[in-house]
Amino acid sequence: MKPLLQVERLSIQFGGLKAVENVSFDIWPNEVFSLIGPNGAGKTTIFNMISGLYQPTSGFVTFEGEKITALPPYEIARLGIARTFQNIELFEHATVLQNLLVGRHCHRHTNWLQDLLFTPATRRAELQFRRTVEEVIEFLDLQHYRDQMVAGLPYGVRKVVELGRALAMRPKLLLLDEPSSGLNVEETEEMGFWIEDIKHDLGITVLMVEHDMGLVSHVSDRVLALNQGEMLALGTSAEVQSHPDVVEAYLGGADEDQPASTGAAA
Amino acid sequence: MRFLFKTNYHQDVRLFKHGGQIFWYAALAVLLLAMPWLMPEYYVSQLVFIWIYAIVSVGLMILVGFTGQVSIGHAAFLAMGAYTEGYLQQLGWPFALSLTFAALVSGITGIIVGLPALRVKGMYLAIATLAFGFIVEEGVTRADGITGGNSGMMLGSLDVFGIAIDSEQRMYYLCLIILVLCVVGVMNLLRSPTGRAFVAIRDSEVSAQSMGINLAYYKTTAFALSAAITGIAGALYAHKLRYISPEQFTFLQSIELLIILVVGGVGTIYGAIFGAAFWIGVQQLIVIAKDWLPPAIGQQTGLQPTIFGIILIAFILFEPMGLYGRWLKIRTYFQLFPFYRKGMFRRQKSYMKSERMK
Repeated sequence: MKPLLQVERLSIQFGGLKAVENVSFDIWPNEVFSLIGPNGAGKTTIFNMISGLYQPTSGFVTFEGEKITALPPYEIARLGIARTFQNIELFEHATVLQNLLVGRHCHRHTNWLQDLLFTPATRRAELQFRRTVEEVIEFLDLQHYRDQMVAGLPYGVRKVVELGRALAMRPKLLLLDEPSSGLNVEETEEMGFWIEDIKHDLGITVLMVEHDMGLVSHVSDRVLALNQGEMLALGTSAEVQSHPDVVEAYLGGADEDQPASTGAAA
Repeated sequence: MRFLFKTNYHQDVRLFKHGGQIFWYAALAVLLLAMPWLMPEYYVSQLVFIWIYAIVSVGLMILVGFTGQVSIGHAAFLAMGAYTEGYLQQLGWPFALSLTFAALVSGITGIIVGLPALRVKGMYLAIATLAFGFIVEEGVTRADGITGGNSGMMLGSLDVFGIAIDSEQRMYYLCLIILVLCVVGVMNLLRSPTGRAFVAIRDSEVSAQSMGINLAYYKTTAFALSAAITGIAGALYAHKLRYISPEQFTFLQSIELLIILVVGGVGTIYGAIFGAAFWIGVQQLIVIAKDWLPPAIGQQTGLQPTIFGIILIAFILFEPMGLYGRWLKIRTYFQLFPFYRKGMFRRQKSYMKSERMK
């Protein structure tokens, strides 16, 4: 079996700041892989390099064996990498349905002229898109919100809509940037179930950045801990959480009073 | 209050969502078709101006309202359409062909003007389009071999597929048909991937490109379509006026077009049409009011711009959604009667936005 995504010695510098340095990891098909680390560890920066928003200073990323580092973001999306954003980047002045339909964009095969005339091909494609989107709506229980404007939705629902928009792309790899941020305990738990369903039922590989260690240890197959742009530890959730370097990164130096096993749960 | 019971996906794709809409639009169509017989010729002529301005507004709306790119040089596209039509007519081209060509010339120019939009945003894009507007204005004045320069250009009588457009009535139908075609085209765009890509770019460029939308391609397409539709309006404008000269396509005209969008309601096709109707309507009202007002006010040269300025400020302060927003509120009031609440359309507080990348 070949890895789905390979990150090879990825580094990026912003001026003199080395935000990410020499990070390498492989993601295997159908696993949930989490990136953890304190604020400023470079987790989201890695996401932005994978999805093409940032160009790495050195190193590269391959997806299904193909190098994607120099590709523009929309090409990377077309290859089957979907993502969500830390602070929700939905299309505010559109309905939930329209937002999800944008997720089908990379599967379009009509051009603007066909769209302008709304030819039978466009109509067929639209109905097909609508059907796929409805499956996502059903999967995430968004039926109530289908025709509502995103601008009027509560935060928790937006988070789910954003997940839905990424799922509507039917990606091979899903990048989730802090799926639980801003959610309450129940919503976080629900998010955990969805991530499991995405993995098991839809067969989509998930790479996520997450702070909530409960969620991370619940859903992740493997975890990579980062600190200040460098790799600290890679392994299962339990292994990483008890790794001495990880404990140190979170708590700032070995502390005699603090038992190492509970350290990283903060 | 109407509840739509949806049983198949065709209902989400249709232009008309329910029977009521079909009824009211049919009624509107009958009224519009009968209009030239119900009104004196002078008012029919004003309606023609409304249709032409509505076409321009629909074109500009694609760019400003749906794609979120500013242009304060749109009068230049109007000029390109008008002069291309005028010139080709002199060469003896039939109207259908010269109109298509006018749209093409404007559209291709739109692509060129759109190129800076791939790099600059907001204020800077506005200035780039402004510069384009001045270049065209100046170019039209200088190229007097083609355009007649400052002495302007006269257009011959119009003939469409053998039908002479020799009366206001006929011009009315011609413009109305073209407006309807443009509106249907734009509505088609909006219910298909292209239009959704425009709206996605307007609301969040970062996530648009992460959804597989090629920003450069769609921004250029938006500029091209917007310019092409404006060019079509320009051609009609030239025939309506029978005489065109550079001072009709100034920077101020571009600003007027933007005001029409704001007053009508940015981001909807209704807004473009309401705005155009309002704009021409108020100009007429001011002309009528001049006779009633005391000469000290009525004869002031700055009366019209002042009134427009006040109207614009009032709209921005009290009705940012424009006339269309007001219409929505009135409609909702009656649909929900007596349950309409005052705060129903209050804007929701927006949540934190991420630091924009790139």
